[in-house]
Amino acid sequence: MFYPSAKLKVDRRDGKLAMAHFFVAFTALAIGGLAGLLQTLVRSGKFELPAGIGYYQILTVHGVVLGLVLTTFFIMGFQIAATSKTSGTLTNKQRLAGWIGFWLMTAGTVLAAIMILLNEATVLYTFYAPLQAHALYYIGLTLVIVGSWIDGAAIIMKYAEWRRKNPGQPSPLLTFMSLVNTMMWIVATIGVASTVLFQLLPWSLGLVETVNIAVSRTLFWYFGHPLVYFWLLPAYMAWYVVIPKVIGGKIFSDSLARLSFILFLLFSIPVGFHHQLMEPGIDPAWKFLQVILTFLVVIPSLMTAFSLFATFESFGRSKGARGLFGWVKKLPWGDARFTVPFIGMVAFIPAGAGGIVNASHQMNQVVHNTIWVTGHFHLTVATSVVLTFFGVSYWLIPHLTGRTLTKAMNKLGIIQAVIWVIGMTFMSGSMHAAGLLGAPRRSSYSEYGGAAQALEWIPYQVAQAIGGSILFLGIILMLYIFINLAFFAPKGEQEFPVGEPADDAEKAPMVFENWKLWLGITVVLILFAYTIPFIDLIQNAPPGAKGYKLW
Amino acid sequence: MHMHKFEKAWLIFGIGSLLVFLTVLGVSAFYLGNQPPSCLATIDPEKVDTTAPFNEPGLKKVEGKDWDYELVYVASAFSYSPAEVEIPYGAKVKIIATTKDVVHGFEVAGSNINMMLEPGYISEHVTTFDKTGEYLIVCNEYCGVGHHMMSSKIKVVE
Repeated sequence: MFYPSAKLKVDRRDGKLAMAHFFVAFTALAIGGLAGLLQTLVRSGKFELPAGIGYYQILTVHGVVLGLVLTTFFIMGFQIAATSKTSGTLTNKQRLAGWIGFWLMTAGTVLAAIMILLNEATVLYTFYAPLQAHALYYIGLTLVIVGSWIDGAAIIMKYAEWRRKNPGQPSPLLTFMSLVNTMMWIVATIGVASTVLFQLLPWSLGLVETVNIAVSRTLFWYFGHPLVYFWLLPAYMAWYVVIPKVIGGKIFSDSLARLSFILFLLFSIPVGFHHQLMEPGIDPAWKFLQVILTFLVVIPSLMTAFSLFATFESFGRSKGARGLFGWVKKLPWGDARFTVPFIGMVAFIPAGAGGIVNASHQMNQVVHNTIWVTGHFHLTVATSVVLTFFGVSYWLIPHLTGRTLTKAMNKLGIIQAVIWVIGMTFMSGSMHAAGLLGAPRRSSYSEYGGAAQALEWIPYQVAQAIGGSILFLGIILMLYIFINLAFFAPKGEQEFPVGEPADDAEKAPMVFENWKLWLGITVVLILFAYTIPFIDLIQNAPPGAKGYKLW
Repeated sequence: MHMHKFEKAWLIFGIGSLLVFLTVLGVSAFYLGNQPPSCLATIDPEKVDTTAPFNEPGLKKVEGKDWDYELVYVASAFSYSPAEVEIPYGAKVKIIATTKDVVHGFEVAGSNINMMLEPGYISEHVTTFDKTGEYLIVCNEYCGVGHHMMSSKIKVVE
């Protein structure tokens, strides 16, 4: 396949745009990580927050800053860099869209952060209407979403331009993947934008007195699950395209990589009910339908697992590895750019298994809203995804700043990942265990009046604090590496690794670029899964709920 | 588009397992009736205290139904009414619950009883208490500053 700009460096001006995103992302990591540390310490029962700061206030900080800010900024920065690298430098207009998006997102983040710090918005990032935050909190988060759309428009415009200039050619794989994730994000965020603009904002401004809770929650979770795939797909971009080049191998199959991304686009969105299995007002048959759709993402996940390990094995065998697992030894374990994301991949095995439990129609009842769920997504997003993002940072940051990853930093990167695994094993492991015993999530330290069952949970909470403290050390180390790569590492050329497919002669079928088809199917699936239950929720709605400020 | 024969085998095996798994879930849900709590009844959240059965929270013996008792809960920030209840061992109980203000959780720790309480909606779950002991009910959905203090107790007695 023809990659016209595969040898080029990312243009300095695009690099600045991407770096701006990364500065916000890593600031978020520092703040959100500190909040997380404090939460685990409070829950251990051995520590109280000073100066009247509330547990749920820092919980809101943790969720918003890591779940929305760190992820969205990192992903947008990465996708802009990847698109610029593989489809060519952004035009001035495209770059301007990127900057407008960036500043809108940043302004929104600051606004939401001020409201959280003033204790006007202790509603967590999942909103929890009829808890009612200050209108400026909702406006801030709306700006983050709208900013991300404009940011994403830069990627869409670049893709359209590339296709215009290269008729009949499949787009470069990394651009294609960035585009799929951007479109999935836009379709998904329509849900959260709708509940905020049409329900929560008018209600918090006092224009309407009550709000339909079930509709608001349904719109939120229409967004809430694709959100996790929006986090995951950039990690998949690195796994599919970057890692093969880092180890010196080939992409197993360009076409199958595209197919799996298309499947994620189709099956990521019409699945939100599996977060609402325990809720009244929704017919269980519709819940079951969405459970089935949820599980269809197993198919692209299996394809991904196969491709990655096929790449590793082919590479090892090409280096003369023998036996069933001889290829494992040939992999470049000393290279942080490989090893750190690899640890993320391995973490996805237990993480995915836990996800199957959560989404199961019946088993969900055992774990719903217990701290098991918190343990689950600290494996998916806070290990698989975040370690991959760290692994990407080790080459992308120096590539963009004209520096190099030194041997010392490379080694620190690997140490960082090992610390992360140790901390997460303690924290996520004890969260899973306590959750099975019934310990609730999103809850401050409580002995529940000395109840015997609650006392059983406390040792696990101490273990979570130990894990959380180790993880915080990992965050400090990561910030140190980031600052080094951004400002102090020696000047030089750091490669932006873009893999080439093994099936070089075989062109990816053009049907993958047919967005009328794929977006059409996406919309049909969404309408199929949501229309009737959504009409039900509106037609059979109880009287609306007034706002409460209970914090 | 070409697919490696090992990948085909892997996907056939994977998708086959998935179908078996979903069939098990489906049979459990629709044939055995193991559906998640999905009560469709609604209520005016402002009038919970005057609407039956929520005007009299607590355990009540019932006749002529599939269950022996009805156990009615009213949740509000940050407590449940009743705060404690004794249930005879082996009783089949329908739990009926709602909230007067914000969203709350209703989880009987160490059991499969777990449901969301949303303003305007009634949540129900039928279960048999076939193990004696003390069970803690916790709110597992964030509801405000006293969320972690919100609990109740079930004693299953001989």
